[in-house]
Amino acid sequence: MNDDPARTDEPGRRPRMAVHKFSSCDGCQLALLNAGDALLRLAERVELVHFAEAGPVDPEAAVDIALIEGSVSTAEDRARIVRIRAHSRFLVTLGACATAGGIQALRNFTDGDEWLSSVYARPEYISSLANVSPIRDHVHVDLELWGCPVSGHQVLTAIGSLLAGAPPAVPDESLCLECKRQQAVCVMVTRGAPCLGPVTRTGCGALCPRFGRDCYGCYGPAEHPNTQALGRRFAGLGLVDEAIARRFHFINSQAPVFLEAGQRRRGNHDD
Amino acid sequence: MTERREIRIEVPVLARVEGEGALSIEARDGRIERLELRIYEPPRLFEKLLEGRGYDEVPDAVARICGICPVAYQMSAVAALEQAMGIEIDDWVSRMRRVFYCGEWIQSHALHIHLLAAPDFLGYGNVVELAQAYPELVRRGLRLQALGNDLIRLFGGRSVHPVGARVGGFHRAPSPAAVAELRLRLDAACADTDALLDWALALPVPDADQDFVSVALRHPHGYPMAGGRIVSDRRLDIGAEAFEAHFHELQVPHSTALHALHHGEPYMVGPLARLNLNHDRLPAALRDRLHAAGLRLPSRNPFHSLIARAAEITFAIGEAARLLADYVEPASAGTVVAPRAGLGFGATEAPRGLLWHRYELDDMGHVRSARIVPPTSQNQARIEADLRQSLERLGLEQPDEVLRLRGEQVIRSYDPCISCATHFLRLDMRRA
Ligand code: SF4
Ligand code: SF4
Repeated sequence: MNDDPARTDEPGRRPRMAVHKFSSCDGCQLALLNAGDALLRLAERVELVHFAEAGPVDPEAAVDIALIEGSVSTAEDRARIVRIRAHSRFLVTLGACATAGGIQALRNFTDGDEWLSSVYARPEYISSLANVSPIRDHVHVDLELWGCPVSGHQVLTAIGSLLAGAPPAVPDESLCLECKRQQAVCVMVTRGAPCLGPVTRTGCGALCPRFGRDCYGCYGPAEHPNTQALGRRFAGLGLVDEAIARRFHFINSQAPVFLEAGQRRRGNHDD
Repeated sequence: MTERREIRIEVPVLARVEGEGALSIEARDGRIERLELRIYEPPRLFEKLLEGRGYDEVPDAVARICGICPVAYQMSAVAALEQAMGIEIDDWVSRMRRVFYCGEWIQSHALHIHLLAAPDFLGYGNVVELAQAYPELVRRGLRLQALGNDLIRLFGGRSVHPVGARVGGFHRAPSPAAVAELRLRLDAACADTDALLDWALALPVPDADQDFVSVALRHPHGYPMAGGRIVSDRRLDIGAEAFEAHFHELQVPHSTALHALHHGEPYMVGPLARLNLNHDRLPAALRDRLHAAGLRLPSRNPFHSLIARAAEITFAIGEAARLLADYVEPASAGTVVAPRAGLGFGATEAPRGLLWHRYELDDMGHVRSARIVPPTSQNQARIEADLRQSLERLGLEQPDEVLRLRGEQVIRSYDPCISCATHFLRLDMRRA
C-alpha cells in the first residue's frame, strides 16, 4: 500500500474516503446508500471526498480509503485505476465486478467484436478493451470484499476495522457451514438442486437455500473448494457438461478456481 | 452581429448507464445549434451474454443490469419468459409480484427524492449537508427507503439482486408472521407519506411547460405496474408484442446508450408519463389531494416528476397494504415450469419508466435471442429535447453557473441512471 498520499494520524483531521465506480450495476454502492443512519454516522466519522452518487465529487483527491466498485473494461478505466491507486492509502474492492470481473466478464469467453457489432450498428464508435478484468489485474489491492452485491454490514465492518487500524476479517469458509448454522434444509440432498454452496464463500447468510433454491455462487469461491467433486455430483444429478460449466461461469467467472472448473467441463475432460 | 458560444458541461457521473457523461452545447444568437448528452458507459452487452443460458438463469442475470431496479428487470423478464413457454401464473403470484414491485418503487423513488433531488431543490451540495439542515426530512426519506427495501427482502431475501423470484412465481412464500410485521409498518408509514406529499407539492418548480409525448402502460384496473397495454397521449394503444413496430432504437455517435424514438420522435417514460396517462386510476383520496394542491393533470412540466414520485410512493404503500391485507400462505409459491420453444414479450413499469423485454427460447428453454429496452435509452432523446427548450427559455446569455444548475436539474428530474450522480456538472465554456 501507499503510505504517503494521505495520513490518518494528523491531529484533528478526519480520515478521507472515496467511492469510485467502474463498469458495474451500482448495486455495491447501494450497500452504503441503503445503510440509512449508518451512512450518516459514517459521514461524520470520515470525510467523504468522492462519492458521486451520494453527492461529493473529487475523484483526484488523496484519500485514506478508496472503495472500488466495478471492473475494468476500457483503456480509460485502466488509466483511472492507476491514478486512484497512486493517491489512496488502502484500496478495497467491493463485490464480484471489482474482485472477479463480474457478470460482464462473460464476454471474455467470446469474440467481443462480434458481440459489439451485433448490438451496435457502428461498433467503431464504442471503445472498449477485448477483455473485462478485475481491479487486481491492474493495481495492488489491499482488501477484497466478495459478493454480488456486498452487504452493508460487510462494508461497514471492514471500514470500521481499517479505521481502527485492525486487519479486517474476511470469512472464506464454505456456504454449507452457514446453512448448517441457520438450520436450512440442504437443497441438494432433499431436492437434487445443483447448489454451488459447497464451493461458495459465506457472507450472504445462506440466502438461497433458505429461500428453497440452489446457490448460484454470487459470493465467489470459498477456501479450498473441491470443484471437481461438485462437478461430478452435478453430472450425477443429470446436468450436462455445458450446464455445469455455466454454473461455474456466471457472476464470478474470472475467479481462477471457477474459471478453471468451468473450462475443465467445457473441455470435456472428466476426471 | 453573430455571437457564437460553445458551452460544454462535463458530467463526471457515476451510475449504471455510464462511467462518465458530458453535455456539450453549441449556440449561436441565443439559439442552440447542437446539443449532445453523451453517455459513455462501457457496454456490458447483456443481451448477448444471455444467449445460450437457461430460462431459469435469466432472472439472476438481468437483475445485474441495475442495482437500483433489479426487481423491474426480473419482472419484465419473467413475464416474457412465461409468455414464451405458455405458462399461466396464478392470482396469488400476480398479486405478490405487485407487492414486490411496490417495494422497488418505494425504495427507488425515496432514494431519488431525498438523496439525489432534494439537495438540489433546497440548494445543498449533497444529502450529508442536507441532513444537517433538515434532519427530519432526510430521516423520513431514509425510513421510506428502508421500508421499500424490506418489502423487497420479504420476497427476495435482499433488496439488491433479490433471490426469491423465478419463472412461474416465487421460490418461497413469505410467512404470515413476516407479512403481519410489514403490514404494521406500512400502516404506520402514512404519516411519512402525508408529510412527504405536502412537502413535494409545496416545492417551487421552475415554469417549464413543454410539448412532449408521454408513454406508459395502461391496465384495465389499477395504476400500471406490470401487464396491460402500451399507450401514449397521441392515441397509441398496443400490446407489448407490437413495441418494435412503433419504437426504434438507434445508435448516435456521442453515446453508448442507444436512443429510442417513437415514430421518429423523442418521448417520455417514467413517473410523470405514468401519472399523466393513468391519474384516473389512482385511489380517489390521492387524486383529490393532488387536485386540491393545484396540480393539473396531465402536466406539461417535466419538473412535476418529483411530485409524481411522491404520489407513487404514497400509492405503492397503500397498494402493498391492500394486497397483503388478507394474506394467507399458499400451498405453492408458483407454477411448475415445463420448458418449450417460443417467443415472449414482457413490459413493466420500472421506477424510471417502461422496461421492455423480448426472448426467443429453444425447446430446452435456452435463450436463443434477447432484446432489452431500458427506460434510460427511451428517455435520452427526450432529455436532450428538454435541455434544448429549458436552456433556451432560460436564456443562453445567462452565466455558466446558472445554465449548469438548470441543466443538472433537468437531467436529474428524469432520473436516468446517470442522474444518480449528477450533483456536479463542470461547465467549461468556450466562445468561437
Ligand atoms: S458485484 Fe454485483 S452488485 Fe456489485 S456492482 Fe457488480 S453486478 Fe452490481
Ligand atoms: S446462497 Fe449463493 S447465490 Fe445465493 S445469495 Fe448466497 S452466495 Fe449468492
